[in-house]
Amino acid sequence: MSVLAIAEHRRGELRPVSLEQLAAGRDLADGLGVELHTAVIGGDVEAFGAELNREGVDAVHTVDIGEEFNHGVYTQVVTQLAMELDPTVLLMPNSVNGLDYAPAVANRLDRPLVTDVVDIDAEDGLTATRELYGSKAETTIDVHADQAAVTIRPAEWPTIEADGDAAIEAFDATIDESAVKSTVKGFEEVGGGDIDITDADVLVSVGRGIEEEENLDIIHDLAEALDATVSGSRPLIDNGWLEKDRQVGQSGKVVTPDVYIAIGISGAVQHVAGMKGSDTIVAINTDPNAPIFDIADYGIQDDLFEVVPALTEQFQ
Amino acid sequence: MKILVTVKEVAAVDDEFEIDGLAIDDRYVTADLNEWDEYAVEEAVQVKEAHDDVEVVTVTIGPSETDETIRQALAKGADRAIRVWDDALEDAGLLDPETKAEVLAAVAAEEDPDLVLTGVQSADDGFGATGVTLADKLDMEWGAVVNDLDLDLEAGVASVHRELEGGVEELTDIEIPAVLTIQTGINDPRYASLRGIRQAQSKELAEYSLGDVGLDASEIESPLEQTSLYEPETEGEATVFEGSPEETAAELAELLAEKGVTS
Repeated sequence: MSVLAIAEHRRGELRPVSLEQLAAGRDLADGLGVELHTAVIGGDVEAFGAELNREGVDAVHTVDIGEEFNHGVYTQVVTQLAMELDPTVLLMPNSVNGLDYAPAVANRLDRPLVTDVVDIDAEDGLTATRELYGSKAETTIDVHADQAAVTIRPAEWPTIEADGDAAIEAFDATIDESAVKSTVKGFEEVGGGDIDITDADVLVSVGRGIEEEENLDIIHDLAEALDATVSGSRPLIDNGWLEKDRQVGQSGKVVTPDVYIAIGISGAVQHVAGMKGSDTIVAINTDPNAPIFDIADYGIQDDLFEVVPALTEQFQ
Repeated sequence: MKILVTVKEVAAVDDEFEIDGLAIDDRYVTADLNEWDEYAVEEAVQVKEAHDDVEVVTVTIGPSETDETIRQALAKGADRAIRVWDDALEDAGLLDPETKAEVLAAVAAEEDPDLVLTGVQSADDGFGATGVTLADKLDMEWGAVVNDLDLDLEAGVASVHRELEGGVEELTDIEIPAVLTIQTGINDPRYASLRGIRQAQSKELAEYSLGDVGLDASEIESPLEQTSLYEPETEGEATVFEGSPEETAAELAELLAEKGVTS
């Protein structure tokens, strides 16, 4: 009986969610009265294993297969680890790669899967908290099963910093190569244009609330008046209204300007992940319940089409 | 070749809303085709336009009220649609990705597609897991969060970009048949033309029960039970400027000047 957390790494670096899972996993293990195990698959497993040896971890399993993530390999190895260690809860990251193998693993183990969990409790049966409707509502879910698979939302739990004294053990997995039917050819950085939004002191950032492409003029006018750089949230980039290298968020850039002005941006978790480190956050949005106001320092709850031109005028 | 596209009607919730038990009060909800699925449908239709003899079939799980939404996909170029619904699904409560994948897999087994496209996730539940679960049930290869697709039908390979975090894409070759979960931004979904909307009315929309697709309705049981629904507490400590747009803009301008922002 244990809680088993599967680490994630990319291009030689352990992803922070690997250490956040240990905090979530330790609480769960305490609630269940079981050990916390973690495992890392591929890459420099010795270095990763040492890095995962944090306070509260009872065992680290290293699986020396391959370099980078491949879902065919991960699905097989994690399934074998879970069969061998028989964890009550199998924790995986709710990342792009986590969602590329966790559902297959849960299916093979015949375990229910709860994804993108922001809170989890095992005191009285397994209860998970999730967000619905783009963070507008939260729900609790009871999992009616003895064993479950769960993916953890990144940046919801703290990372465990203190060193641990876990046993580090190599795990022998057997890979059926004929079942690995995709090949990772490489990686590509997106954008590559002339603009580096991570370098800007002031960002005027625009979201879905701008409604139409031609309305962007008022945003560019404001940026010019403030000597600021224009950035945006995902819908603007998906629509082709702004270049890809101006995207702020989980799949775009992480920015930490002195001042971040979010205009017509609701503040979905994927966006917030890219800008929460800004020194001062200003939000302009008609919806007083928009999550952006949860992290903003200053806000105007009004129509951006009236506020933005008025603000531009103040600087002319 | 045949492309199966899974689509779902989702609930879009107003900014201001009320909760009624375990659901959002109907008055604050608008039904719409899931945004990710719109990109999946468009991608399938673009493949159809680029190659000869491609059939695009959509499949959905939902009651008859969703027909109008499903016809949007037909209006944008899908050839026919399948909708599965059953009292057992209505009674199952929260449908987990496994249960949904089981139903979709039963349809896929019958249709025998060369490619299955799903949205990365749905805008309401957002489990983001149905597509990969479906692939594993079908014993097909898969790729999650695809934002670029190049099909080589002769070689039987889909060359994709998977959109990872932090502005990095993974370039991967995937053997087909495969299930690909499609990310927004992969294409520019078209608007349905008037002609398309008219044609959609006469396209086939088949309705199946669980029994029709070879599943035992008595075995449908979701292991997940929703026990509460609530608005998250706001953690905000924002200073909110009050007044007319001119007044709030003036206050904000003063603040920005203090922070060293100047024209």
